[in-house]
Amino acid sequence: MTKIAYYPGCTLKDQALGFEETTIAVMKKLGVELAELSRWNCCGTVYSLSSDNLMLQTAPLRNLVRVKEDGYDAVVTLCSMCYNTLKRANDLVREEPEKLDKLNLFMNREEVDYTSDVKVYHLLEYMRDEIGFDAIKKAVKLPLEGMKLAAYYGCLLTRPETLGFDDVENPTSLDKLISAMGAEPVKYAYKTECCGSYETVSAPAAVAERTYSIVKSAASAGAQAILTSCPLCFYNLDSRQKLAKKSHGDLKEMPIMYITQPLAVAFGLDQEICRFERNQIKPDSLFEKLMSPSGEST
Amino acid sequence: MKRIGVFVCHCGINVASTVDPEKVVEEVSKHPNVAFATNYVYMCSDPGQETIRKAIEEHKLDGVVVAACSPTLHQNTFRKLITRSGLNYYQHETANIREWCSWVHKDKEEATRKAVKIVLTAVEKVLKDENLEAISVPVTKKALVIGGGIAGIQTALDIANAGHQVLLVEKKPSIGGHMAQLSETFPTLDCSQCIMTPRMVEVAQHPNITLMTNSEVLEVGGYVGNFEVKIKKNPTYVDWSKCTGCGICTKECRLEGKIPDDFNQGLTKRGAAYIMFPQAVPLKATIDPNNCLMVTRGKCGKEPKCVAACTAEAINFDMKEEIVEEKVGAIVTATGYELYSKKNLGEYGAGDIPDVVDGLTFERILSASGPTNGEVRRPSDGQVPKEVVFVQCAGSRDKEFHRPYCSKICCMYTAKHAMLYKHNVHDGQAYVFYIDVRTGGKGYEEFYDRTTEEERVVYLRGKVSRIFQDGDKVMVWGIDTLTGKKVEIAADMVVLATAMVPQEDIKELSSKLKIQIDENDWLSEAHPKLRPVETLTSGIFLAGAAQGPKDIPETVSQASGAASKVLALFSKDTFERDPLIADVDEDLCVGCGVCVEICPYGARELDKARGIVTVNPVLCEGCGACAAGCPSGAITHANFSAKQILNMVTPYLDK
Repeated sequence: MTKIAYYPGCTLKDQALGFEETTIAVMKKLGVELAELSRWNCCGTVYSLSSDNLMLQTAPLRNLVRVKEDGYDAVVTLCSMCYNTLKRANDLVREEPEKLDKLNLFMNREEVDYTSDVKVYHLLEYMRDEIGFDAIKKAVKLPLEGMKLAAYYGCLLTRPETLGFDDVENPTSLDKLISAMGAEPVKYAYKTECCGSYETVSAPAAVAERTYSIVKSAASAGAQAILTSCPLCFYNLDSRQKLAKKSHGDLKEMPIMYITQPLAVAFGLDQEICRFERNQIKPDSLFEKLMSPSGEST
Repeated sequence: MKRIGVFVCHCGINVASTVDPEKVVEEVSKHPNVAFATNYVYMCSDPGQETIRKAIEEHKLDGVVVAACSPTLHQNTFRKLITRSGLNYYQHETANIREWCSWVHKDKEEATRKAVKIVLTAVEKVLKDENLEAISVPVTKKALVIGGGIAGIQTALDIANAGHQVLLVEKKPSIGGHMAQLSETFPTLDCSQCIMTPRMVEVAQHPNITLMTNSEVLEVGGYVGNFEVKIKKNPTYVDWSKCTGCGICTKECRLEGKIPDDFNQGLTKRGAAYIMFPQAVPLKATIDPNNCLMVTRGKCGKEPKCVAACTAEAINFDMKEEIVEEKVGAIVTATGYELYSKKNLGEYGAGDIPDVVDGLTFERILSASGPTNGEVRRPSDGQVPKEVVFVQCAGSRDKEFHRPYCSKICCMYTAKHAMLYKHNVHDGQAYVFYIDVRTGGKGYEEFYDRTTEEERVVYLRGKVSRIFQDGDKVMVWGIDTLTGKKVEIAADMVVLATAMVPQEDIKELSSKLKIQIDENDWLSEAHPKLRPVETLTSGIFLAGAAQGPKDIPETVSQASGAASKVLALFSKDTFERDPLIADVDEDLCVGCGVCVEICPYGARELDKARGIVTVNPVLCEGCGACAAGCPSGAITHANFSAKQILNMVTPYLDK
């Protein structure tokens, strides 16, 4: 059993609990134990990157100090935003040692200095590079045959290009994961289009428009559900469909899922850990066909 | 005792406002070898030069120092002058008291003191300068032109028409380059092939031009006036002395219709036996060695169909590559350009959307002799597109990801494309997304005006952010910055004005020729303003787009320019080389060979039999690297000896 540090981030403990539970279970099946950091704080999300204020980098960097304190030198995170924030803060201090020095001074109450040597993984990256999609395919007990799923990357998983996780214009790692699950990844034009992010608070109508465009694009390509790894994208794509339907009568309900939820089902795990009760639009019906002849999940 | 004359120039106020010329004269006159010193307002002028000439005569001077501007400006002026008074060309030195002194300092006293030191340094050098004679090299009056596009063709014709032999080497089976692919050229809308093919035929028929197509330059050795080149003639598997160009083999070929045709930018497919295009020169069939079944597998059915069909019995699968060795006096590199691949433009579909094409592809669609017979039809379904979007700067002017430079021709050819599209599809709508519209040539602005005013093409100032397939339309997302509004166009077809880039193998070629390429891989000219057709390697010249993006008029001008440089070289039977080169003291040389490795020009050779190194005086460019590296002190650099340099340093160390 390989052990790796796991940074949940705020939403994973609440709104996106299903994401966390399915990931932990799925990774266990793949022989990886996600060891939640004994102490962690909010990464600050992209707020820490929104201005040139070095102070704001202390939030993400403290989490990396925690990784070292727990004895690890790599950490995996599930939320696209946390990934983006942690990785970019890490890359910043790696490229500019004078900034690292300053930040260590800001954090001088920590027991150790941060030495910018932690590797920050996104779950998909870890699955692709350290486990391999072939191994994942082998662990699938219930291939999601015939299921058409749309991989939604959104903004923060692949941009800016310096993140270097996947191709910026045409990322494919989530599509490959979908194939490994036995499902068919759908080709559609809006996979990297922004969901509207925080505008959901100040301009929900604008976000509803984005939701409509993205869902429609996936639907016209035949998708039955959209997968995402960002809780904010999840919220926008899931909850704003109701508002979008008000201006767009032709919008058909599209279930949204976290990337490990269908994977958990494909691994034959109990659907309960998916916590589909938190979804506005329920994806349960998608999996009914996969049930064993006795009508119960395997 | 050598008698030196020092002439201090005011250069108007350039020098005199900061350096006191009279004080300099006063100080340097104290030097025992300075027999005469004076100052004048403009030394390079006729009266200034006359001052020097008179002084040489009256004061019996053996050497001259002119304290003035940088030697790059007037060193040769003064050196020529002193030869007219009977002195050796190399008995003059420039003391740069302008760029090195008056132009970079403010304090008059300090600057004057520094100027004195600079002049004394030059005096010390001249004291030990030896009389040198230029090195004479014979010139082979035959030119090699690499590349058979419009640049190579023009250069070859100019040199041949002046009575000299030319070897024109072209990689493809036919000459013509990209200009042969164009439909019409701006701003005249001349049919491209109509204006080009007469020249192509002239090249083929010219008694002074030897045309070698399907050939590549393998190796270049030697030096200016005496290059030794090896050319590889790739086998065509067709005996061109027998082939009549009838084209039957191209139709009979088993692979007919299977191989994407490069000339038509992949819009059509050809067989392995093919003729590049109907106006090809030479009009002969070639067999593609990468696809032909006989060549790759040794077997083509029972019998190759081309062999059966050829009434001239010209097919010969036993043909081998041939290496030809030639001696030439000058080389002109005219290898042209390619277009930046659409695969690099992920935001524009990465080349996967069939109806998103590049400029050359659109030219083939427009061309009357092209795959659609001159009707504008889109590649996916052959429909006539009613809404066409043209995207300028696709890969150019992009410091972040693609090419940082402007490709120069795209604004003009996009206007041309939009105009020709409208001539073809009267009820069509054309949109052009641009950042600027650059129309710097003669008649270019007026041409662009026609596009907007007469053809009613919609010009939108803004970049296109994304292009993707949506059903049978191509969605183009852009912005119109002049109104600040986002623009979404459901187009039938998109034409990308992709960046011009150098040939793929330019690095290889440049190292074979020992010429430089710049940071964008374009061939480097000797000076961007004043020496655009020469390289820093003597005897090798540049013509056309290989040196940088340019249009046809500029290419033709440059080609003639390069030809004129070659003709200047060929106008004499011998060529004079600078004698300021390095030498070997045979007594001190231990034959360690360190200098051979150091020399960037390959001018030194270890003579194993004699145990010493020899220098080729014509290849040596006098850089001095060998002299610095020699552990035995066996290398002397003409007029830059160690003793000279030590003497030159002394005035600087004095108070």
